[in-house]
Amino acid sequence: MYKYNQIDQNIVNERVAQYQDQLNRFLKKELTDEEFRPLRLQNGLYIQRHAPMLRVAIPYGLLSSVQLRTLADIADDFDRGYGHFSTRQNIQYNWPKLEDTPKILKKLADVEMHAIQTSGNCIRNITTDPFAGVSPDEVIDTRYIAEILRQWSTFHPEFALLPRKFKISISGSKSDRALIKTHDIGLELIEKNQDLYANIYVGGGLGRTPMIGVLMKELLPIKHLLSYCESIIRIYNLYGRRDNMYKARIKILVKSLGINDFKRQVEADWDNGNASPNMLDDNEIKRVKVFFTSPDYEILESQELENLYSDNKSFVNWLKRNTRPHKQLGYRSVTISLKGKYQSAPGDILSNQMRAVADLADQFSYGEIRSTHEQNLVLADVKETKIYELYESLITNNLAEANIGLVTDIICCPGGDFCSLANAKSIPIAKNIENLFDDYDYIYDLGSISLNISGCMNACGHHHVGNIGILGVDKDGSEWYQITLGGQQGNEASLGKVIGPSFSEEQVPGVVKKILDTYLSLRNDDSELFIDCFTRIGIDPFKQIIYQEEA
Amino acid sequence: MSNQLILNKKIVNNDWVFLLPVIEQKEVKKQAGKVVMFKVTGENFPEDDDLNKIKLPDVSKILLPLKLYLLRKDEIEKKYSEVGLWLYSHEDFQWLSNLNLDLNKFSVIGIYIEKFADGRIYSLGNLIRRKLKFKNDLRALGDILKDQLFFLDRSGFSSFLIKEGRSAEEAIKGLSDFSHSYQATLDEIPSWRKNLNG
Ligand code: SF4
Repeated sequence: MYKYNQIDQNIVNERVAQYQDQLNRFLKKELTDEEFRPLRLQNGLYIQRHAPMLRVAIPYGLLSSVQLRTLADIADDFDRGYGHFSTRQNIQYNWPKLEDTPKILKKLADVEMHAIQTSGNCIRNITTDPFAGVSPDEVIDTRYIAEILRQWSTFHPEFALLPRKFKISISGSKSDRALIKTHDIGLELIEKNQDLYANIYVGGGLGRTPMIGVLMKELLPIKHLLSYCESIIRIYNLYGRRDNMYKARIKILVKSLGINDFKRQVEADWDNGNASPNMLDDNEIKRVKVFFTSPDYEILESQELENLYSDNKSFVNWLKRNTRPHKQLGYRSVTISLKGKYQSAPGDILSNQMRAVADLADQFSYGEIRSTHEQNLVLADVKETKIYELYESLITNNLAEANIGLVTDIICCPGGDFCSLANAKSIPIAKNIENLFDDYDYIYDLGSISLNISGCMNACGHHHVGNIGILGVDKDGSEWYQITLGGQQGNEASLGKVIGPSFSEEQVPGVVKKILDTYLSLRNDDSELFIDCFTRIGIDPFKQIIYQEEA
Repeated sequence: MSNQLILNKKIVNNDWVFLLPVIEQKEVKKQAGKVVMFKVTGENFPEDDDLNKIKLPDVSKILLPLKLYLLRKDEIEKKYSEVGLWLYSHEDFQWLSNLNLDLNKFSVIGIYIEKFADGRIYSLGNLIRRKLKFKNDLRALGDILKDQLFFLDRSGFSSFLIKEGRSAEEAIKGLSDFSHSYQATLDEIPSWRKNLNG
C-alpha cells in the first residue's frame, strides 16, 4: 500500500498543528461557533447528541495492521473501547472529548493517517472497490488512481468550501462494487489499446433527492482526469446553490441546467485540459502505481475446500458467504462480518477485535485490511490452505458470522442513538430485525438480499439502494419508518420504490418478515434472487399482503 | 470597516477606501427551477437605482463595486486618481469576462464575501488570474480570517483585508500553515514534479 514520503508526512503533521490552533482559538472564544464549524467539520469533528464524533479517514478503505492497532489504541485511550465503520469506508468514534481531539490526530499522523476532509462541504474520502487488485473480474486496479485523487483533493485550495459535500468513487471492474452511479462524480476506468481512460458519471447521489448519475464524458484520457474533475467542481463551486442546503448538491445543479448545458460549461472551462498544471504524466502514475503492485504470491493449486470440509456445515456456509475467488490461483478474499449478534451495532468493532484482525492480517494476508462500504472488513489475500485456520481464529474472536450479502448483513447508519440530524433510531431497528432470525437455514434459503437502514433523509445508510430500504421519518414528533423495495447497487443501480404509509418501530420487524415470506412463496425457485423476483412481479403483491393484513 | 491589510505577505498601511454599499432589505422572490446566482445569505445586493444614489466620497484611492463603476464611469474616472474594482462573490464570471474590460488598467481587483463559508471566492480568484490574465493586486474582502489565507493565496490572491476585530498579526501566520501542497494551481507545479518524492 501507499507509503508516505516527507511531503505527505509534513502535510498531516502541519494539519495537526493547524487544527490545534483552531481549537485553541475556539476555546478562547476568538472563533465563533459559526466560524469554527466548517473548520472542525473539515477535520471530521461533529458535535453530536452525547459528545463530539470524530471520523477518521481510511483512504479508499485500505489499512495496514499497524494502523488498525493504532485505531484500537485510540478506541481504548480516548473512547469507550470500540469504533464504528461507516458506509464511506471510514471509522468513527462516538465518545471522544473535544480537548482530546488534537492528541488523537497526532497519534493518527504518526501512522500516516488523518481525519482531513472526512466531513464538511469539501471533497470527501475517495472510495473504491474493496476488492481492487485481487478480484478476478478486475480490468484496472483502481487503488493508484484513488491515491492520486486523494493527494489532488487534499486541501485543494479552490474547493475548501463548496456548496455542499462532494463524493467521488472509482470502479475498475466489470461489475461495479463502488456505487459509482450514486456519487457526485463516479469514475469508471477502462483500458483500450493499452491506454487508460475514464468514463465520467456526474450528479448521482442518495439523500433527500436520490438520483442516478449520468454519463457525462466517455473515454477521457487518464492524463486529463484531474483537470476534468477540477472543471466539473469549479462550475459546481460557482453555480451550485448555497441558499438551501437540501438543494446544494451537484445533482440539483446538473438537473436544473440539464446535462448538456452543464457539460458545455464544464468543457468551456476545461478547454481540453492542455493548459492545466495538473496534467498527469507517466512518471507520476508510475511513481504511485509501484505502491500497489501485487505481493509475491506463491504458486499454489486451488483447493476443493467445500469437499474437504463437507462434514463441517458452519464452515462451508461461512466459506460460501464470506469468501470470494481471487485472481491468483490458490488464494481467496475473506470478508469479516461486522454484523450480527456479537456486534452491538452494524459496523461496530471492539478494540480487542481490531487487534485480533490486525494480527490475522499479519499472519494470513500481508498485513493489510480493507474496509467496505457495507461496513465489513476484508482480508484480501488469504491462501486457501490457510482458510480453515483463519476461520477458527475468527470464531475465537466472535468474528465468524457467516452472513455476507444475506439479510442480516444490514447496512445501517448510527441514527438517533448518536446522530443529531436523525429523525429516528436505526440501530435498534437493525437489532430487532436481526433477532427475527435465529434459524440460519431460513436466512440461507433467502439467499442474497440487501437491507439498508438510514435514520433520516441524508441516507448515510444507503436505504434507497437496498433491496429492502428502511428510512426513519418524523411524524408529529414520533419515530416512524418508511419502507422501500427494489433498490439495488452495482451496474443495474436503481432506487427503491416506497411501499406505502410508514410503520411504527414495533411493526417494522413483522413487516420485514412478511416481505421475505412473500418473496419465498412467489419466487420461481431458489435461484431467483429477491431482487429478480421483485423485478418480475413488481411491488403490488407485497403491498397487498402487507396492508391488507395491517388493516 | 476594517483597515488591516496584508499585502504580499506583509501587514501594510492601507490607503485604499473600500466602498461597500449599505442597502435596505427587500423580500427576495425565488423562482422554482430557474438557475440564478445564489447568494449565501439571501440578503439583497444593490440595484442600479441604489448605485446611482450613492454619494462618492472625497478620497484619492477607492475600491468600488464593478457595477457602480460601469454605471458612472466618467464621473468616477474624473474624480479619483486611482480606482480599484471589486465584485460580489455571486457575480457571474462569464458576465465579467464578456465585458471585455481591460482589468490590468486597475491596480486592485477585489472579491467580496459576506460569509466565511462562501468558497466561490477561490474559484473566482483562480479564473481571474488564469483566464483573464489579471496581473495586479487581487484582494480578498469581507469575512476574511486566518483560516482562508493559505487557500486564498494559492487561488491567486495577493492581498487580504482582514475582518474587523481580528488580529492581522495572527492572521498572517495562516499563510504558512502548510509548507507543501499536492496539487498545482495557477503557475505552480504539482508536488509530483518537484522531484522531492522518494
Ligand atoms: S442518515 Fe441521517 S440519521 Fe443516519 S447518520 Fe446520516 S444524517 Fe445521521
